[in-house]
Amino acid sequence: MTTRETASLQISVDRRGFLKLLGGGLLVCLSPSSALAQESGRGFRGHELPNDVSAWIHIGADGRVKVFTGKVEVGQNIRTSLAQAVAEELRVPFESITMVMGDTDLVPWDMGTFGSRTTPTMSPQLRNMAVAARELLVEAAAKRWNIDPSKLTASAGKITTPDGQKFITYGNLTRGEDLVKSAPGDPPLTPATEWKIAGTPVPKANGHDFVTGKHQFPSDIVRPGMAFGAVLRPEGYNAKLDSIETTAAEKLPGVKVIRDGDFTGVVAEDAFTAHQAVEAIKAKWTMPSQPSNQGLFDYLKANPDGESKPDHQSGSVADAYSSGDVKLESRYTTEYIAHTPLEPRAAVAEWNDGKLTVWTGTQRPFGVHEELMQTFKLSPKQVRVIQPDMGSGYGGKHTGEAAIEAARLARAAGKPVKVVWTREEEFTCAYFRPAGLVEIKSAARKDGTLVSWEFHNYNSGPAGIETPYETPNQLIQFHPSKSPLRQGSYRGLAATFNHFARESQIDEMAHALHMDPVAFRLKNISNPRLRAVVRAAAEKFEWDSAKSSPERGFGLSCGTDKGGFVATCAEIAVNPSTKNVKVQRAVQAWECGAIVNPDGLRNQVQGALVQGIGGALFERILFSNGRIENPHLSKYRVPRFSDTPQIDIILLDRKDLPSAGAGETGIVGIAPAIGNAIFAATGTRLRHMPLTPEDNVVKS
Amino acid sequence: MSKFLLHINGQDHSVQAPDEESLLSVLRNRLALTGTKYGCGEGQCGACTVLMDGAATRSCQIPAAAAAGAKITTIEGLERQGRLTPVQDAFLEEGAYQCGYCTSGMIMSASALLHDNHSPTDEQIVTAMNGNVCRCGTYPRILAAIKRAASLSAGGTR
Repeated sequence: MTTRETASLQISVDRRGFLKLLGGGLLVCLSPSSALAQESGRGFRGHELPNDVSAWIHIGADGRVKVFTGKVEVGQNIRTSLAQAVAEELRVPFESITMVMGDTDLVPWDMGTFGSRTTPTMSPQLRNMAVAARELLVEAAAKRWNIDPSKLTASAGKITTPDGQKFITYGNLTRGEDLVKSAPGDPPLTPATEWKIAGTPVPKANGHDFVTGKHQFPSDIVRPGMAFGAVLRPEGYNAKLDSIETTAAEKLPGVKVIRDGDFTGVVAEDAFTAHQAVEAIKAKWTMPSQPSNQGLFDYLKANPDGESKPDHQSGSVADAYSSGDVKLESRYTTEYIAHTPLEPRAAVAEWNDGKLTVWTGTQRPFGVHEELMQTFKLSPKQVRVIQPDMGSGYGGKHTGEAAIEAARLARAAGKPVKVVWTREEEFTCAYFRPAGLVEIKSAARKDGTLVSWEFHNYNSGPAGIETPYETPNQLIQFHPSKSPLRQGSYRGLAATFNHFARESQIDEMAHALHMDPVAFRLKNISNPRLRAVVRAAAEKFEWDSAKSSPERGFGLSCGTDKGGFVATCAEIAVNPSTKNVKVQRAVQAWECGAIVNPDGLRNQVQGALVQGIGGALFERILFSNGRIENPHLSKYRVPRFSDTPQIDIILLDRKDLPSAGAGETGIVGIAPAIGNAIFAATGTRLRHMPLTPEDNVVKS
Repeated sequence: MSKFLLHINGQDHSVQAPDEESLLSVLRNRLALTGTKYGCGEGQCGACTVLMDGAATRSCQIPAAAAAGAKITTIEGLERQGRLTPVQDAFLEEGAYQCGYCTSGMIMSASALLHDNHSPTDEQIVTAMNGNVCRCGTYPRILAAIKRAASLSAGGTR
């Protein structure tokens, strides 16, 4: 890669028009030769980044800075942390930056907001552009004053001469000059040790709008003349429509029933009537016989979805296992669980002169853009997707169902239409974190050295599947299965279950070897970053003096995925008569390189732990013969205030390492830590997630 | 279908809606007061919490027509002449949210709690707030914000 290389730039007519809209000023476009730009543009169904630009910064004559990105804010705080990174490199106050996010007409193409990729890829990309912009501004000032640019200082949105006598603001510098330039690809970035804005606990951008109710989430969008839509849902998975009778619905005031192939929806002047109309439709369905929770894991193992290969293979697990001193063979299982974002899927669609605009909650605005293009046979320019900061996603909002439904209804109704899914629709029409089965065979020598590790995951996924424990003989393999329910992405995805299985097994090995679980881990872990979080968590938790009893258990787990390192300690109390389990205290140590925003990071790592308590203890989808049996919050338990333990979060700041994302991996540690604590207290090893769906430890 | 007056945030709104339509639906879909959120429709998540004559009420569980005559306060009605309430201030200061979708309901429930009990214990806060779900898991910060709001109020800053 040639650094400092300046590529020629072509700005499309649209972008030029857009620039006019912004007024004059400096517009920075990162060279397409940037390694980061290419990385994020490849590997998604052959989709390449547009050649004209990969990212944008605009500095207005008033000194206001607009930053454009296809990443979206869903509660993970990147509207704030990305702005901090840009402010740092551009040398402007944080407050002068406005992030323009997730609007397909305004921002460069982006694959989507998932996989903890914003901090490791989008942040450096924007920082590169900010440095380039700063350098251009300095050069412009140097030219104006006829002075060596290296003598000038850029700070707080202005450039100052060495004697401090003269200064010019960025706004004044760009005014009237109509600067549009391409920028060097990979300029040097400010090291984290010198950060002044990045690395500090800047509060969430627009916090005021959230405490006053002013912020408009996707489901809050209102358009002039807007009507409300609702959709007829099938009775269950794989249901076939036999007959439909819509007369009663059509008799309701102002109701229009829209049928289009398998799709049946209604539009009404108000939301209440729209839902009444759907209920008034009489539909008869045929449902084929389908799997249920009962027998699910045998079904997943017996129904592979294509061939698979080992994810990791070294030595011979067969030989090493048979020659080991301590051997364990175990089977772990996990149920489907639901994201349950508090804001359900929602969209408002509007057609104007053949152009479709949709406001919707999605982690992939450009993915939804493509879905809409394909569904309605539109060109890229005929579709605009706008993603207002939404009521969370946790990996559950990758797809554009609500957007397509609203667009279909709006086209037929000839006016803007809003569709907001009910909670029941969220449970029955979205997708789940995959259920899965893990089978492990492990062996160690008497001295506690792991010698063999065989790990098979059926259906749950390959994320976090590799072991961080030094083991000479390994066979690790993910086996995809045919899933009876619709499944998809989720915060951390399979890393949670893979860590649960691995860390439960490791704990059991330690006990079988009569070794302390922390000592056993440290004996077999060489990665210094993982060792550091284990030590930090154990120290804060006072692990060495934590002695379990039948009524009180202490457990620990650790792991790494997506550049984050985590160790979690849990203390649980077991009610002696009911055997109910309560998580009393948790300590979680976390490290993901240089910390961009310690307050936001702490919030993420703590929130992930709290969310993880649900999947660990009680969340599960119950289904039978294609029907979801608990599609309501009264039947699907999520963590509440009363489930939340006292939590200590320890952040290790590695300013010498690049920042990794932190939205996901903080969720992986709590389930095995609790399971290990339950074992320490009761001697019962629970190998199924959720651990205690009926609240108590069921004796196996 | 009925016609009635709703008294919301100090203003009268004339509403025409079916008898069974919820207060939440009327607020959001007829009066464009979208600060109050839909989360579950069965009174389980607290996102739709409003104050009715000072009491925290799940607006998805009560027909709008039944709210006629009551003094209703929604999240939009808390700020007065640009001044936030201690609860709103405390949520900002503690950063007691992530996506912010539960925040309206949390603030309304917490406001009712602190109105009735000026210095609640942790246990009383957990009991009072347990019907409000934050799926992002910011409960420890919300708890801290409520305690901070209690001390802000006690300090006579408002």
